Amino acid sequence: MQDIKFNKILISLNAFVPLILFTWDGFRGNLGTNPIEFFLRTTGVLTLIFLLITLSVTPLRKIFGWNSLVKYRRMLGLYAFFYGTLHLITYSIFDKSLSLSAIVSDTFQRPFILVGMLAFILMIPLAATSTNAMIKRLGKGWGKLHKLTYLVAIGGVLHFYLIVKSDTFYPLIFGLILAVLLGYRYYHPNNQKSIKSVETN
Amino acid sequence: MAENKIKSSEITPENVYLNRRNFMKAGLIAGTTFATGLAYRFFNQPPPPEVETAKIETVKPAETPLPETDKPNSVKEITNYNNFYEFSTNKSSVAEYAKDFVTRPWTVEVGGLVQKPKTFDIEELLKIEQEERIYRFRCVEGWSMVIPWVGFPLKKLLDKVEPLGTAKYVAFETYYNKKQMPYASYAGIDFPYVEGLRLDEANHNLTILATGLYGKQMPNQNGAPIRLVVPWKYGFKSIKSVVKITLTDSEPPTTWNIAIPNEYGFYSNVNPNVSHPRWSQATEQRIGEYTRRKTLLFNGYADEVASLYEGMDLRKYF
Repeated sequence: MQDIKFNKILISLNAFVPLILFTWDGFRGNLGTNPIEFFLRTTGVLTLIFLLITLSVTPLRKIFGWNSLVKYRRMLGLYAFFYGTLHLITYSIFDKSLSLSAIVSDTFQRPFILVGMLAFILMIPLAATSTNAMIKRLGKGWGKLHKLTYLVAIGGVLHFYLIVKSDTFYPLIFGLILAVLLGYRYYHPNNQKSIKSVETN
Repeated sequence: MAENKIKSSEITPENVYLNRRNFMKAGLIAGTTFATGLAYRFFNQPPPPEVETAKIETVKPAETPLPETDKPNSVKEITNYNNFYEFSTNKSSVAEYAKDFVTRPWTVEVGGLVQKPKTFDIEELLKIEQEERIYRFRCVEGWSMVIPWVGFPLKKLLDKVEPLGTAKYVAFETYYNKKQMPYASYAGIDFPYVEGLRLDEANHNLTILATGLYGKQMPNQNGAPIRLVVPWKYGFKSIKSVVKITLTDSEPPTTWNIAIPNEYGFYSNVNPNVSHPRWSQATEQRIGEYTRRKTLLFNGYADEVASLYEGMDLRKYF
């Protein structure tokens, strides 16, 4: 459907389904044995899922000509940021009791935390420059800045890979998809005449 | 008037059209959110119904109750959060994948450097006086529980086979059968799972072979029908579903040490001062609680076991 407003509502509804079901399970005392670990993992995985969906917009446009997809990219990226923020907040409260010094020392002692933290920090300027006004103000620089998304996704998947003990199945699945999405960009670089790739409506 | 009539008849099809569009939209909302919900459910399945195991007839009650702050976890918690990689690497899925695990007939072969090697039938081991032991259980991943085990000191079994003077270590092996454990090949570690203790650790009164919990025979997911419990070491030392015990003169290989030597040592004593390379061990999350507690040296059993490690550098022998 070409009804952009409706499609955005549709994406938002789906983006909130996990959160709604989590709350529902919570009220029914049905969150499993370790709700904290479950929420931490779920928000982390959702961050990666939204990052990968965001990164699949450009390849899908080029391969299938679905140019209207770009209108939903900002929103998808912001949902990645939203779940990434929930992930960090959960860690900060339940793992580190909101102690800033504990978070800082953890970050510098544990490579997987450092990688995850860097990926999150890189998302902040991307979210902050996602408004129409910022897109106009930054002009060409906006596109360059938002290439940081690649680093964010690589950092996110690496963060996941580094924390599992021995079963690397899911981190490798995410890694494989990311490799395909980034590989496509490498072999089909943007040319100057490509369709305006930024949503400003 | 005539013109109006024509117009309204033109509007009608558009209404139908709009209705159809709305219908499609509603369908899309319902369909996609349902699919997303299903995907979420796939990764967060409700726990399977509890599998009842037989009551253990006579159990000697626990001698030393734990402090007030260490309340035993519920059966539901203990049986739905398990690391048993032969069945699944997802702690919440082990109960489901292990529910058809066949644990009879079962024998435990005890041999190596002993006077009287013997293969014990599980029924024979269940006849040894069973005691309740309520222990703290600390996983290397940073969570902990309190579990009312039923079992007997490992020493009672070792005494039956009469270890030779040359025996210095005890090696353990878990049952392994791909037919019963179809997902084992995804685990990323080698099977059969093997573990080991120093002989003095194995003979320590706190070290038990557990045959059940909460007064009933061991649930499959917790290591039926018989498992080791060493409460002052990280949980992975407490090997499940034991089929073989061998006394040796050299340090036996252990599964997690083989997999990642710099992360999991042979001793693996609970120690808040020695970090795992990827995470701190200073605190732990007690299942059922929402703030972390401080991890205790030797999991709170220092008075009983610290003397075993006198003069040893616990950072080197982690």
